[in-house]
Order: sequence, then C-alpha cells, then structure tokens
Amino acid sequence: MKIVVLTKHVPQAVGEVSYADDLTVDRSAVRCRLQDGDEYAVEQALRIAARRLDVQVTALTMGPAGALAALRSALALGADEGVHVLDAALHGCDAPATSLVLAAACRRLGFDLVLCGTASADGAMAVIPAMLAERLGVPALCQCDRLRTDEDRIHARRDDGCVVEDLTATMPAVLSVTDRSGEPRYPRFEAIAEARHKLVRTWTLADLGVDAGRVGLAAAATAVHRVTRPDPRPATIPGTDPAAAAIRIADFLSERQFL
Amino acid sequence: MAKVVALVDRDARDTHDGTVPRSAYALLTLARRFGEPVAAVGGAGPLDQAAIDTLGRYGATEIWCPAEMSEPAGSTDLLQHLAARLAPAAILIPATPGGQETAARLAVRLDSGIITDAIDVLPGPDGGPVAIQRCLAGSYLVESTVIRGVPIITVRPEAAAPEPHPHPVTPAVCFAEVEPSPTPSPEIVATPKPAAGRPALDDADIVVAGGRGIGSRAAFAVLAEVADVLGAAVAGSHTAAELGWVPREAHIGLTGKTVQPGLYIACGVSGSVRHRAGMQGAKTVVAIGDDAAAPIFTMADLGVVGDAQAILPALLAELRARKAQLSARKAEDRKFR
Ligand SMILES: Cc1cc2nc3c(=O)[nH]c(=O)nc-3n(C[C@H](O)[C@@H](O)[C@H](O)COP(=O)(O)OP(=O)(O)OC[C@H]3O[C@@H](n4cnc5c(N)ncnc54)[C@H](O)[C@@H]3O)c2cc1C
Ligand SMILES: Nc1ncnc2c1ncn2[C@@H]1O[C@H](COP(=O)(O)O)[C@@H](O)[C@H]1O
Repeated sequence: MKIVVLTKHVPQAVGEVSYADDLTVDRSAVRCRLQDGDEYAVEQALRIAARRLDVQVTALTMGPAGALAALRSALALGADEGVHVLDAALHGCDAPATSLVLAAACRRLGFDLVLCGTASADGAMAVIPAMLAERLGVPALCQCDRLRTDEDRIHARRDDGCVVEDLTATMPAVLSVTDRSGEPRYPRFEAIAEARHKLVRTWTLADLGVDAGRVGLAAAATAVHRVTRPDPRPATIPGTDPAAAAIRIADFLSERQFL
Repeated sequence: MAKVVALVDRDARDTHDGTVPRSAYALLTLARRFGEPVAAVGGAGPLDQAAIDTLGRYGATEIWCPAEMSEPAGSTDLLQHLAARLAPAAILIPATPGGQETAARLAVRLDSGIITDAIDVLPGPDGGPVAIQRCLAGSYLVESTVIRGVPIITVRPEAAAPEPHPHPVTPAVCFAEVEPSPTPSPEIVATPKPAAGRPALDDADIVVAGGRGIGSRAAFAVLAEVADVLGAAVAGSHTAAELGWVPREAHIGLTGKTVQPGLYIACGVSGSVRHRAGMQGAKTVVAIGDDAAAPIFTMADLGVVGDAQAILPALLAELRARKAQLSARKAEDRKFR
C-alpha cells in the first residue's frame, strides 16, 4: 500500500509574517517549519504502517529550497522517503495551480491513499485536499477525526459538534485529518540523524510534465490588489469597580444590539 | 444585469425557518450588491413554500434545484451546470466545511479562481466582485479579485447582516437536468447529536469564552449563566479545556474550533496567536482580563482590565436586570397595540 503524505513548510509564527512587494507572503524573512496540521497526517500514515506490512510512506512537499526541512521532519517522524517539487516557476502559485502540481506528483508516485492536513497555517484555505481529489478523480474525505483502513477501503469519522458522520470509500482516496485524530509522536534523537540519509528526490515541473505557463504568480487566477494592516482598536477601560465595569459592558452590548 | 448565484446548502445542522440555512440570507444580501441574485439549492428533499418565500424575501429572482434523476446530483454538479447555463458574475458559497469542499471542486472543474473565507464582498470599479479577507492570523486585510473564469467566493456567513430586499420578489422555481459527476464520493452516514439547550458553537451569534483567568470551575458556572442570559454558546481556551472547564469540542483556536460569531466575549483569556486563529473572524470582541498587556486586548472593541472573577457576577446581575426591563417594556407594547 502506498501512502503519500502532504507536508507543507510554513512560517513558524503566522502573526509575524508580512507581505513582499509582489504581495506574496514573504517567507524569506521568517523561520519556517513543518506545519502542525501535517504532523497529524504523518502520524496517521505511520499508524496505518504499524498495522500492516506492505506500507510505503512518501512525504511530498512543494515549496522553495527551504521546504526540504519539512520533508526532513516528516522523515524523522518515520516517513520512508521524500519528494520535493522545486522550481522557480512555482513562486506565487495559487490554490488551483498548487493542486495541479501536487496531483501530477501523486500520479507519478502512484498512491492508494493521500493524507494531508485540513488547512495550511499561512494560506488557510482548506481547499487543497478536495482540489487534489477532483483532479485525481478519487473520493475526498475531508476533516476526519478518526480513520481506519481495511484491505481496500477506508473508514473515517468526523464530528462537527452537531452531527457525527461515518464515511467509507474505496481506495485510492484523499483524506485530510484534524488535530483530533491523535497526537503526533516526537522524533527520536537518532531518527533525526537517520532522516538525513533517507532518499529525497527533487522534481521540477519538467519532470512532472506540467507546463510552466499554468503555474506561478503570472498564471494565478486571483489577484491581490491591496494589503492593509487594520489599526488596532484600543478601547480599553479599567475594571477596578466591577459594578461600573458591568454597566459599561451592558451599555456596549445594547449599543451594538446584542441585548 | 448579470446573475449572481448563491448556494443554499441545506443540511440538518444549520436550518432556520424550516429549510433555509441562515447563511443564505447573508449570501443573497451580498449578491444583490453586484447583480441579480439567484439561489442554487443543494441538499436533500423538495423545497417547501415557506423556504421559497424566504428566498424571495431576500431577493432571489430564480431558485434552481436539480431535477429528480436516478443518480442524485451534488451541489458541485448543480453549480457547474449553472455556471455554464447562466454565465453568472460570481458564485457565492458559504464558508462551511462542506462549502469549502464544493468550492474547491468547482474551481477545478471550471478552471476558475477561488477566494475563500471572505468577510465582505463589494462591487469593484468594473462592477465585478472584490473580496475582502482577513489573513495571517487576522493581522492583514487583503482585497482581491478573481481574474480567470467565473469568480468563486466562499463567504463567512456573518459577512453581511442579512437585509430583506426592499421589494420582495416571487422567485421562479426552475429545475435543471444536472449530470452527476463520475468522480466517486464517499458513502456518508450522518447521526445528529442530541441538541443541547444552548446554541451550537458553530451557529451561535454570541460566544462567551473563558480561559485560565476564570480561576475555578465554580467561577466558570457564572460565565455559563452570563452566556444563557445572552442566548450564547459557551467556549474556552485550550487551557480551559485541559482543566475540564469546557468540553474538548468547545476549545477555540488553531488546534480546536474556529468560530465567527457576531460577538465574542473573552473572559480571562490572554489571546495567544493560536487562540486568536480560532476567533479572529468575530465581528465584535469584548475582552475582560487583568493583564492589560495581553494580546486579546489588541483586537477588542471593548477591553475591560480587571478581575474577571469579580466582574462576571456583577455583569450577570446587570444583564438580568436589563433583560427583565426589556421584557416588561415589550409586554407594555403589546397591551397598547
Ligand atoms: C493569507 C493567504 C490567503 C490566500 N488566499 C487565496 C485565495 O483566496 N485564493 C487562492 O487561489 N489563493 C490564495 N492564496 C494563495 C495566493 O493566491 C497566491 O497566489 C499568492 O499570491 C501567492 O501565495 P504565496 O504568498 O503563498 O506564494 P508562494 O510563497 O510562492 O507559495 C505558493 C505555493 O508555491 C510553493 N512554492 C513557492 N516557491 C516555490 C518553489 N521555488 N518551488 C516549489 N514550490 C514553491 C509554496 O510552498 C506554496 O505552496 C492565499 C495565500 C495566502 C498566504
Ligand atoms: N505546497 C504544499 N506542499 C505540500 N502540501 C501542501 C501544500 N499546500 C497545501 N498542502 C496540503 O494541503 C493541506 C490544506 O492546505 P490549504 O488548502 O492550503 O489550506 C495542508 O495541510 C497540506 O497538507
């Protein structure tokens, strides 16, 4: 069974990120890491691998040179090998282009299951999993809290607080996990060193047979026109007298028609 | 005038007035700003007259449903069909988990650009939609447009205050012979959870959240009473959930739930980046806490620096008194009508 895990390299503290002159996220100015959400996906892949013998786990990332670090983290956690899609033409890819490239890489690798996080910490669109499934022509099981595989089917459960859904699909499939799916393990110290010796392949757009004209900032189907930093709104009052504070809050709530 | 399609995605969890989810009002209100609003109705079961009237009240001139076929068509299939048939100026989809999935698939099928989680949609210089997003943990407002294909925009349900159309229309109900997609989808068995007395966190217009600063389980009970007076849902920070003051499902943040209520009252919550990631979509924020330097105050419309354990009981008493006055006044009004 072949599992591909998507691993994105994202800024460590999203609050500190700013935009570059071309209005893309300025990733060079901040420290990045494998995003938390994807660690949960790696964890689920490893749990499946622990229960059957035939599993091969490939971590896949698309990102600038530094994104290799996300692959190394996934390999230290226990993924078997890594694939890094790296090409200068990819800078500024929008979500449809990102999914196009990731789909081409998944197809080239071959897969029974693609596991990924629910949403990126930086872009936070939560659309890549469904886009990928659509491009690959396979079912998408999004935002799952729990999953289990048998011979050729995958079973998952998701819970949005109001409704519990049990999903079943025949593999191949794409599945995104939430952080309720099970805490990721910590890498062993030796595993971090070992990870440096695991195979990481670097693929370009040419390797994937993707036309460079369909990706990158120039091909983006959305355009950012303006980025502004809203003023902080400091409307702070002292609350040393609880009764006075309560009246002030109640006044505010009725002004805004919440009462 | 070009049509603007608003997806009315019906499922069990979000219906209001019988069969139309609350998000539909907001989407139709926004759609009217730059075109003729048209409702695309996905989900199970026929539409009843009350739902049709409601959509008309918010200005929908047409209501499109999939025609009864042997293979049921999904929302994505319906929207794909309508994109080709109506050449709309935009397709607005609620930014719910199901809506995001629909929008993502649709963008691939139509080779269109997609903008997610818009907090507002305005007509641009050329009349087309400009979407406003709050990005990177809420620190930036980003204005963008779709420049290829039919603009697909997922919209936070609270993006616009729903306003009924000044001249309600009688919508034409149309059925489309929709071709279901060959892409397999998972089988889904849904089991509703028993309804709690309080509104569900996802739907609640008001959320009252507590953090470590609440101090004890007993003090948290006061917070819950404040929530009940306001008809609000109760939530907590990561710490509050770890301490068992709120259930895990009610933990707000990057690793927990994301909520976008009209009002978020944060009590004894410091507002770490991770917590803010879960509530930055709130329209109005009130923060009560004793540390004036806590980051939650940077996003508060009203910040109260003081002891939450002392202020909450006072607030509960004040709110109860005002509610009592309000209901007395309403009873008076009825007498004179
Ligand atoms: C806050 C935010 C909101 C967004 N909203 C939307 C939206 O609503 N709709 C939409 O379609 N898109 C959206 N995007 C993506 C956006 O539209 C992009 O087009 C944006 O202008 C460029 O994204 P970026 O800043 O992440 O660019 P980049 O930093 O270039 O990243 C884009 C992608 O390409 C990869 N990449 C970058 N350089 C390379 C390289 N040399 N080799 C391999 N891979 C590389 C990155 O890892 C990333 O996955 C959003 C992104 C962010 C951060
Ligand atoms: N450039 C990328 N490389 C690898 N995985 C990605 C990339 N972008 C998105 N993903 C995956 O898709 C999920 C959802 O991303 P998004 O739709 O951007 O919020 C993430 O949790 C990742 O697992």
